[in-house]
Amino acid sequence: MKPAPFVYHAPRTLDEALAALGEVGHDGKILAGGQSLIPMLSMRLATPAHLIDINGVAGLDTIEVADGYVRVGACVRHAQLERSEEAYAALPLLRQALRNVAHPAIRNRGTTVGSIAHADAAGEMPSVAVLTDAVMEVCGPAGSREIAAGDFFTGPLETTLGADELVTAVRFGRFPSNTSTGFVESARRSGDYAVAGVALALTSGDGAISAARASFVSVTDVPDVLDLTEVLSGATAEDVAARADGVIEAVRAHVTPESDIHASADYRRMLAAELTRRLIAEVISR
Amino acid sequence: MSELFPVSVSVNGVAHGASVPARRLLSDFLRHDLRLTGTHVGCEHGVCGACTVLLDGAPVRSCLMFAVQAAGHEITTVEGCGTIEAMGPVQQALTESHGLQCGFCTPGFITTITAYLRENPEPTAEEAREAISGNLCRCTGYQNIVKSVLRAAEIIRGTDAEAGDRQEAPA
Repeated sequence: MKPAPFVYHAPRTLDEALAALGEVGHDGKILAGGQSLIPMLSMRLATPAHLIDINGVAGLDTIEVADGYVRVGACVRHAQLERSEEAYAALPLLRQALRNVAHPAIRNRGTTVGSIAHADAAGEMPSVAVLTDAVMEVCGPAGSREIAAGDFFTGPLETTLGADELVTAVRFGRFPSNTSTGFVESARRSGDYAVAGVALALTSGDGAISAARASFVSVTDVPDVLDLTEVLSGATAEDVAARADGVIEAVRAHVTPESDIHASADYRRMLAAELTRRLIAEVISR
Repeated sequence: MSELFPVSVSVNGVAHGASVPARRLLSDFLRHDLRLTGTHVGCEHGVCGACTVLLDGAPVRSCLMFAVQAAGHEITTVEGCGTIEAMGPVQQALTESHGLQCGFCTPGFITTITAYLRENPEPTAEEAREAISGNLCRCTGYQNIVKSVLRAAEIIRGTDAEAGDRQEAPA
């Protein structure tokens, strides 16, 4: 249970980091928080020849709140973002979801951008990225580019990021002001990977739902958005329960869970649908 | 032979240094290179919490960091939380409340609870349970560890009150 030997790079600037990454390409891996990467190295599930530690790169640890987005730098820890009152006021879903990411000791070290770049479908923050129509700010040897969250995830642990590219920040889109959000997941033990989870955004007008979107954890290959607007349009806190059958049917048709030692695919599908129904009832009554 | 990196860290307020390969985990650095064996290694992939230390005051898993990454930082291990002769409040509370049996997981609980109570000096039983949710114990069933968190909070508050009384006492 020890990582295989690797060449350690500790760049101080983004240019140095990109130069090192450009040189080693597929043989290299970016080390940010390391809370997913280091277990993989210790179990020898991954044996990159080079690690490029970006913790010393200046300027990657800032949170910026603007009119349309919350911009989170590559080295911002989950705990830093979770505690940011400014980020919470602008986009409450961030804190709502971050509280479900592993345990506080993991959140003190793990980075939000790193967990998105890691692209584990059992991760909470990739599902938040798609629900908020986030934009990845990416740098590589050819310069910088932006990737929409919807075009970023291609499979479990796979993205459209190049081997010589680095996500320097993620801009999470803010919702319209009349939007309420929520996040819930169910795990066998507190802090474990969720058996199923759901992130929800409900937009209202005149006391009734005008738009509804959800994304999921652990029950889809890649995080993507389920539009529930048709199912929930016009519903109010008083009569939303009558839409439950439609919600459950839509979620069951959307998710593609697999069976493993923790739960069967059927159970995960049922759980995802039920968590969504409960979360809708909770968010609409706030 | 892989390249060695000189690592200088402050552990429990004392400067330490050693040259280690980049792949040396902080947990192994503390135990093998610095001979500070109070930090225990359980699962070695971030699940059990036994190796939890404080990095600049915040709990982190020492098995999920490389020693080279700790250079220049302040580490607090269980050895920094008190001694057998002069136990810290969390250690005292665990002893009084039977919060340990075999003791393997205890160093991780002590560092975790110490940091938690600094930010949350008056937790409820439910909050105490949440605070220790990232640490596994196979002996106690947790009830007495929850009691220990609450007792430690009492001891710390008592100590603070006495310190306050002393400050307010006329010269």
